[in-house]
Amino acid sequence: MSVVESACLTRYELRCNECGKSYGNRPQSACDDCLAPLEVHYDLESVRGRFTRESVAAGPANIWRYKELLPIPAGFQPDLPVGFTPLVRAKRLGERIGSNNLFVKNDSVCFPTLSFKDRVVSIALANAQAFGFDVVGCSSTGNLANSVAAQAARLGLKACILVPADLESAKILNTQVYGARLVRIDGNYDHVNRLCTLIADEYNWGFVNVNLRPYYAEGSKTVGYEIAEQLGWRLPDNVVCPMAGGSLIRKIKKAFDELVALGLVEAKPVKFFGAQATGCSPISTAVKNGRQEIEPQRPLTIARSLAIGNPADGPAAAKLIQSTGGYAEDVSDVEVVAGIQELAETEGIFTETAGGVTTAVTAKLIAQGRIGADELTVVCITGNGLKTTDALEGRFQAERSVKPRLAEFDAYLREVDGSLVNVSAAAAEDLALAGGRR
Amino acid sequence: MSVKVTLPTALARHTDGQKTFSSDARNLPGLLAEFDAKFPALAQNVKDDSGNLRKFINVYVNDEDIRFLGGDTHQFEDGDEVMLIPSIAGGRCGQRRFLTLPYDESLLEGC
Repeated sequence: MSVVESACLTRYELRCNECGKSYGNRPQSACDDCLAPLEVHYDLESVRGRFTRESVAAGPANIWRYKELLPIPAGFQPDLPVGFTPLVRAKRLGERIGSNNLFVKNDSVCFPTLSFKDRVVSIALANAQAFGFDVVGCSSTGNLANSVAAQAARLGLKACILVPADLESAKILNTQVYGARLVRIDGNYDHVNRLCTLIADEYNWGFVNVNLRPYYAEGSKTVGYEIAEQLGWRLPDNVVCPMAGGSLIRKIKKAFDELVALGLVEAKPVKFFGAQATGCSPISTAVKNGRQEIEPQRPLTIARSLAIGNPADGPAAAKLIQSTGGYAEDVSDVEVVAGIQELAETEGIFTETAGGVTTAVTAKLIAQGRIGADELTVVCITGNGLKTTDALEGRFQAERSVKPRLAEFDAYLREVDGSLVNVSAAAAEDLALAGGRR
Repeated sequence: MSVKVTLPTALARHTDGQKTFSSDARNLPGLLAEFDAKFPALAQNVKDDSGNLRKFINVYVNDEDIRFLGGDTHQFEDGDEVMLIPSIAGGRCGQRRFLTLPYDESLLEGC
């Protein structure tokens, strides 16, 4: 069966999460009646027996192996090998923070732009083309900008991308290089996002996280499918997930629920844990106060990719976390940097600030006893450290050069050994603030 | 005293297509009361069963989220721009171009 034929067989449509009103398929993200978010609903019965462990295994080694459960229009020919990133056992990080059963889902190496946003953008742009948009865009804290710019270039679409003016320089360069129009807005992400909603209201453009948001968000489900498949078609005990807008954590849960409904994995309780930076923690604050209502915050953190003070899916994320028996925590910027270094030094994974948040929050949750040492815990690392090297500015100094002689090299080692030890000791001390073991 | 109120297109269907209009309201509760009187369909759309603004609508006064300004107690000033935006906004059917082929056409009915 061709890709085109199989895609036609899965029925899906937009429905309001609150009042249940159906909208068919269109570029729209909020219900006309109650203004609640719209979400893609599938007729799971239409894929029962067709979406199996065997059919998935026969698919390509990328997110398109799950195409039956993704909202991709008929006629769309996937050609980018997005996703299917490594799920790695994290024994050394686990030893450091007190877990015997820790895994890292490593989206810092997602194709093509090194963040999990590649997943959502590929789904959004498939729909943007089907809806006939010539121009696509997004409001972004950086990773989304990179991915929209790159994938729009490959599809021959024009891209207009709006970002906060103070975004990390690497994320700006990684957007401009693809030829996208990048507009820096004086304000934080929430200002940028509000402007994009106004633009989408006036211009006939496809904003991936505004009017295409319901389709876009479904791409995050592939993180959940992959975790389950890579664990040998079973679900973990715990998932620790960074939270910005609050969408990813919900979609991983949705993916698990769909796999259970279709009989690919056995049902089991999975606790969902959310991670934020203290300088922008509207969702973790709500969870810690036992509430679902979100009080907006003005972000002030180095974890800019998580700096959304008024998260669109915040209430739903808080509700999900509470309903699964999970929790949410937040960590300081010092702990964020320590988290980046710990993950790099123990597992060889260089993540961006958001990954530092997630690593440090995981350490904190284990120290609090909320995550048990033997429970199978998956930590979602969503972005690459090469994009936020600013966060490590001044952390490492270039050593003096050495003459090409063995004696000089020996002398050099004796000279610097102490300082190398000191760097590791400093990182361990910072992580201890988040609960990590010395 | 007068403030300029701006609505998204999705809500302008309740105001005969007017996306902006002037209001004498002095605060947010006053503005909602004005909706009751002038645009009852709009009031029904933006208020929940308890008469409060629906949780999915954000209100901005001169680019600032009203929740940072004191919410219902914040007093508007002459010339303020008050904007109502759904928290997840964007998208309307009227101006969109569709390629009907990719989707089951029955799902597009009423669009």
